Amino acid sequence: MGREAIVNTLIFFALPVVSVSAWMGDEPFLITLATRAAILALAAVGLNLALGLGGLVSLGHAVFFGIGGYTMGILASHAQSYAPLIEVPFLIEGTKSMPVIWLVTVIVSAFIAWIIGVLSLRTSGVYFIMITLAFGQMFYYFAISWPAYGGEDGLSIYVRNGFPGLNTLDPLQFFGLVFCILAVTLWGMGRLARSPFGLALNAARQNAERVETVGLTPFRLRLVAFVISGAVTGLAGALFADLNRFISPTMFSWQLSGEFIVFIVLGGIGRLYGPVAGACLFVLLEHLLSGVSEFWLIYVGAILLLVVLFARGGLIGALAGREVAHD
Amino acid sequence: MSTLLFFEQMLNGLQSGIMLFLMAAGLTLIFGVMGLINLAHGSLYMIGAFAAATVAAASGSFLLGLAAAMAAAAAAGALIELVVIRRLYERDHLDQVLATFALILILSEGTRWMFGSFPLYLDVPALLSGPVTLPGGIQYPAYRLAIILVGLAVAVGLFQLIGRTRIGIQIRAGESDREMIAALGVDISKLYTAVFALGAALAGLAGAMVGAIQSVEVGMGEPILILAFVVIVIGGIGSIKGALVGALLVGFVDTLGGVMLPMVFGLFTDASTATTVGSALASMAIYVLMAIILIFRPSGLYGEG
Amino acid sequence: MTDALLHVDQVSKSFGALRATDNVDLELRRGEIHALIGPNGAGKSTLIKQIAGGLRPDAGRIMFMGQDITDLSVPRRAQAGLGRTFQISSLAMEYTVFQNVMLGALGQSGTVWRFFRPVMKDQALRVRAENALEQVGLSDQSGALTGELSHGQRRLLEVAVALTLEPRVFLMDEPMAGLGGEGSLRMTGFLDGLREKAPILLVEHDMDAVFALADRISVLVYGKIIATGTADEIRADPDVRQAYLGDEVSA
Repeated sequence: MGREAIVNTLIFFALPVVSVSAWMGDEPFLITLATRAAILALAAVGLNLALGLGGLVSLGHAVFFGIGGYTMGILASHAQSYAPLIEVPFLIEGTKSMPVIWLVTVIVSAFIAWIIGVLSLRTSGVYFIMITLAFGQMFYYFAISWPAYGGEDGLSIYVRNGFPGLNTLDPLQFFGLVFCILAVTLWGMGRLARSPFGLALNAARQNAERVETVGLTPFRLRLVAFVISGAVTGLAGALFADLNRFISPTMFSWQLSGEFIVFIVLGGIGRLYGPVAGACLFVLLEHLLSGVSEFWLIYVGAILLLVVLFARGGLIGALAGREVAHD
Repeated sequence: MSTLLFFEQMLNGLQSGIMLFLMAAGLTLIFGVMGLINLAHGSLYMIGAFAAATVAAASGSFLLGLAAAMAAAAAAGALIELVVIRRLYERDHLDQVLATFALILILSEGTRWMFGSFPLYLDVPALLSGPVTLPGGIQYPAYRLAIILVGLAVAVGLFQLIGRTRIGIQIRAGESDREMIAALGVDISKLYTAVFALGAALAGLAGAMVGAIQSVEVGMGEPILILAFVVIVIGGIGSIKGALVGALLVGFVDTLGGVMLPMVFGLFTDASTATTVGSALASMAIYVLMAIILIFRPSGLYGEG
Repeated sequence: MTDALLHVDQVSKSFGALRATDNVDLELRRGEIHALIGPNGAGKSTLIKQIAGGLRPDAGRIMFMGQDITDLSVPRRAQAGLGRTFQISSLAMEYTVFQNVMLGALGQSGTVWRFFRPVMKDQALRVRAENALEQVGLSDQSGALTGELSHGQRRLLEVAVALTLEPRVFLMDEPMAGLGGEGSLRMTGFLDGLREKAPILLVEHDMDAVFALADRISVLVYGKIIATGTADEIRADPDVRQAYLGDEVSA
């Protein structure tokens, strides 16, 4: 096995190992922490398709995270209060079933990603970065000024949603569910990267002109990547809302968008497991450093700065060396 | 809506637009000349506000506070440029975004460490604390009027600087061809530091002036920063004229939208729904505006392309 | 006329007051190498861009295999069979040589919208890619990183990628540029054999190569074609001598 594969395996098993150990040692808080890391990792894995493979610097990806969270929140709160979402022209009721919520989330996120993508991908470079940032802000302010679902204070969902056959309130079972989703997504992303689509998308990142001259259209490739990417990050948002049983406009914040990119870069951009490594590292730092100092973000900032200036390959780059081209 | 209210809102729109212009001008200059996207610009705005608040409280002079704001922001800008930004010119945009994002974390938390989490207060100078009666009988806060005038003066000064002076020529040349001006013997590193510090000073000035009407607190710069991004996307990156037009457009739409949209909805539904829906839509108005402009002009109103 | 695969028909393009392309008429016939020469600033790049698809002419049409392609985008022209190499090599620099040719094969095959099967296992694409590499003589560099290739090797790779498209027509912008003596000779030999597969519209400054290869030559000066003919005809043409060749070439 190549070095990168070994590193990836270690990272993959780190989270379940931590969770099971925590369960055995009766430390449910650690299981929750691992779940949080897994969900944030999923969000970043989604972004990595657009950013790492597609070269699209989306500084507003939290928009999908928020959409996922609010889709869950809206559906669940209506189910809780037994009031339908709308009655005319057709009846839509709330639901507290996770599979249904996830399906709706993926569809809604993909749709919004398609709209934002069509508008934003006509531009490139700095314009694209700023536009995605702006769209994130648009949703953020909208969520704040919409009192029906909590406005600035957010909304609590008192009971965790249900998944057939599982007790979702049990931390380890919920972790298992989240981890399975992460694992399946990682598998899918791996296949995507090696697929014809992946070859073309990655080529478009390096040289769009070249891609055009072989008869392919970069815009379409990027749009599809952006939509898939938005759908995955949206799903992560729904899971996050379920973990915390709380939704708030901060799920749309630009700081969170920035953090997703930070996970990817800390872990190693473009690497399949980069987002996972980065998210785990970040959650770990957050947990350790916030005990040490109230101003731990300064250290995170300093670490990030050093990584960007001097250690571009991120954690995986440092451990596994150069990327191996798949042939 | 009464004409009085309308004019007052127009003036508010002008005021917020002109302050946005100070931010956007710095951003667009830095991008135009150095090709750098600078997320830390909001932090420079915040540093200006904090410096003004501290110095004004200590010395009792608002003017001194303003001067301190510009000096502190310019100094911080120059320092950041020399230590960090310098290394980013050759890097891709992602690296620039990340490094300047890191700077935001460091500067914001650093400020919170120095000053605590509670907002500081910057008082409007006594001289300007009352209203002024404008032609037509409109009463408008003197301070806000002063902000508009100062902002316009700075705008004029900036256009003169870019259009008439030697450094202005270097800036304009640098915008079209960076390699060429280096080949012509212009000291690029000094020019870049100067441009960065100039942009920082403008941001600091804006922060200080707005700090007196809103509060001076950590994180005050980022919402303005993002609005400034919208402005330069609308106006066209690299164009100061675009920054001015874009800033005024955004200032007006934001201010007037916030007032008029609830009113418009009030014609159809009850008051509380109208306020809710109206404000929610108003918050989205500028972004909708940006999206519409981009559909027809993907490089902005005055951008190349 | 029936033999012309590519026909540039009265194409014009102005940039403000500058007439970069002035009623240009150009034909590329089956089996020929047609060279486009002209002094610097004559407008060769502008003309090539209009034929390849990056620039829209102000007037005139571009006919390709009987089809009007003037409004087609670059990808569509490539799909229609227009192969192109660039003056400054335009390749995916992080990819290996093999990945770049696979990209070409993929573009031609139309199967890019597959998300789950590994592209490197696609036998049909592999065969085409390997074939192209063999034709240009880069088979042993298959695993090398494009960014680490020599200049000449990158030129060959460009040609290989163009080959995977199985084009009907080649548009080559200064393929000799930057190649040393030996590289030029090799490229010349290669292009000579290539004309059987598909005619080549060749923009070149290297006069030795032009006179060795070209069946016909067109001379572009200030956006206008001032002469079209065989090598001998061009050498003898007084307008051409005056405008371009000077006394460097003895008849």
